[in-house]
Amino acid sequence: MTTVTEAPPPLAPTPQKKPPRRRGRLTPYWLLLPGILWLLLFFALPMVYQASTSVQTGSLEEGYKVTWHFATYWDAISEYWPQFLRSVLYAGTATALCLLLGYPLAYLIAFRAGRWRNLILILVIAPFFTSFLIRTLAWKTILADGGPVVGALNSLHLLDVTSWLGLTAGDRVLATPLAVVCGLTYNFLPFMILPLYTSLERIDGRLHEAANDLYAKPFTTFRKVTFPLSMPGVVSGTLLTFIPASGDYVNADLLGSTDTRMVGNVIQGQFLRVLDYPTAAALSFILMAAILIIVTLYIRKSGTEDLV
Amino acid sequence: MTNDNSGDVRLSGMSKTYGSFTAVHPLDLTVPQGSFFALLGASGCGKTTTLRMIAGLEEPTSGNVSLGDQDVTNLPPYKRPVNTVFQSYALFPHLDIFENVAFGLRRRGIKSVKKQVGEMLDLVQLGEQARKKPHQLSGGQQQRVAVARALINHPKVLLLDEPLGALDLKLRRQMQLELKRIQTEVGITFIHVTHDQEEAMTMADTVAVMNAGRVEQLGSPADLYENPQTTFVANFLGTSNLIEAEVDTKSGDEIVLRAGGGKLSLPAARCSAPTTTGGKVLVGVRPEKISLTHAEDAGGIPEDRNRITGKIADSSFIGVSTQYVIDSPVCPEFEVYAQNIDRDARLVPGAEVVLHWSPAHTFGLDATQDIDAGVETVGEEASA
Repeated sequence: MTTVTEAPPPLAPTPQKKPPRRRGRLTPYWLLLPGILWLLLFFALPMVYQASTSVQTGSLEEGYKVTWHFATYWDAISEYWPQFLRSVLYAGTATALCLLLGYPLAYLIAFRAGRWRNLILILVIAPFFTSFLIRTLAWKTILADGGPVVGALNSLHLLDVTSWLGLTAGDRVLATPLAVVCGLTYNFLPFMILPLYTSLERIDGRLHEAANDLYAKPFTTFRKVTFPLSMPGVVSGTLLTFIPASGDYVNADLLGSTDTRMVGNVIQGQFLRVLDYPTAAALSFILMAAILIIVTLYIRKSGTEDLV
Repeated sequence: MTNDNSGDVRLSGMSKTYGSFTAVHPLDLTVPQGSFFALLGASGCGKTTTLRMIAGLEEPTSGNVSLGDQDVTNLPPYKRPVNTVFQSYALFPHLDIFENVAFGLRRRGIKSVKKQVGEMLDLVQLGEQARKKPHQLSGGQQQRVAVARALINHPKVLLLDEPLGALDLKLRRQMQLELKRIQTEVGITFIHVTHDQEEAMTMADTVAVMNAGRVEQLGSPADLYENPQTTFVANFLGTSNLIEAEVDTKSGDEIVLRAGGGKLSLPAARCSAPTTTGGKVLVGVRPEKISLTHAEDAGGIPEDRNRITGKIADSSFIGVSTQYVIDSPVCPEFEVYAQNIDRDARLVPGAEVVLHWSPAHTFGLDATQDIDAGVETVGEEASA
């Protein structure tokens, strides 16, 4: 331990090493630069612009001025709270349905598909080769009045049940909440399946064997080992589904009616038809804040930061 | 413990094939209650498959597995009173150490697990780590958690699948003794799969050497080492010098063989091969049984010893002993390990020497086998 007190002999080579180290220290910032510029230009700047729009007053003819008119926010909430509620409800239901439909499929692809794995994964992504709009319009045909789907639901008397629940009206599916939720579920299903698959696929198969060896029946193994370990996938899948679904307006527009308008439809209308920019901007910010709060609570609750 | 046989493991005609590949040939094996049994073999010899069939993780293609008097062949793993320590430990990463150990108890509906888990963690000296996650522990600690997690269920049989493979040499030695201590303490049947012959010999009461899906030989470590029955066992367990020889005469319990120009004597009881006059036999002797004498002193060697002449090709001093490689007309690379008690300064590469050993240390093997069986595999494992 006496060596510690001695002067370190290799002093000379240190200055030689310095220049490359300094250059190396700056490299991460250079690499970050394009991303930061992109964010500034296409995220931060529009946000600031929208934020200022939301506190302006005026009219199209006279022009808008920033008057710090925060009342726009309260007016927007008190007038459009049903649409907000509907957005959260529809997106939440669609997310739950996506999870119910997507989990078994992701499980199958990850553990049982064998050599069919890649084919099924391609089939999951295949709908993306068609435009979002066309796919949603296709659902208009699928759920059309008197079509085979409605006919089948009718003959099974399932429409009576959904009508009673308030999801459909009479013997129609189109232009009802059910149609909107169906469209949302269909359109966002791949965003649920892919993260679920990724996190299931990462689970070491020997953990299933270990659970089995330790007296866990197959379902208990799923409940106590597989599902908890797939939580990162469940969380990212639900977020990737819920966030865009709650802001979506295409499904409500094409498959719904005026009674199924979501907040996205209101924002679209305010921006493009009513041309009330302050209200539209305020609604956008309220939606963003609502989603942020819901997501934060959700992540806290699911405790994913504790997972490996 | 003598009249309780509920921990006996009996395999009868058990085999496993994958398509056209036979991983385990029909196997009959009985592991008595309370023994420490090792399945030893190179990778791919079928030892892990055998273990997995006992655990129920793999279904035998034919045959039966019994525990005590119960046929468990068709029972799923969660219904077998057997627990496994997996090669990679397979600890549940989302549960802490306490919950990992309590897992088996909870699945069997036991509510108050606190005391038992605490005691078990103390047994493996991890009481302080109960609330840590597996990834926060070192390899050796994880290994102990894996053992605790299996043992807490008081299985009839504990299966260990190369549990020490991932540990460094020093820790491995320590854990070998630890596992041996635990086994003596709890008295459960242990079946230990390993490719490390030294590990198998230190720990197990009985070792089964497996090769290409078959048990080549089964016995106590000393028995396997002193009386190998096949060239694979002779070469896989330690080192053997094998010489091709021809039967010269047979008289009572002594066989006299011709090898090169000289004659070697072999007790008939130590020859596992059929011997007919003029037939071929492989004669084996372990390197440490051989004495090395400089050719000038050859006169002093007692008459009744087997002897071979040769020339030292290489010598390496390794402290307790010196290992010589001798070039002899009967065997190009004859290995001799000499204890460093009184070193003869003349024994250097190039010196003419006489190798001699007691006929009682000679063993005879069937000459139809591959003389190098088991040699390469040892080299592969050592370099892995």
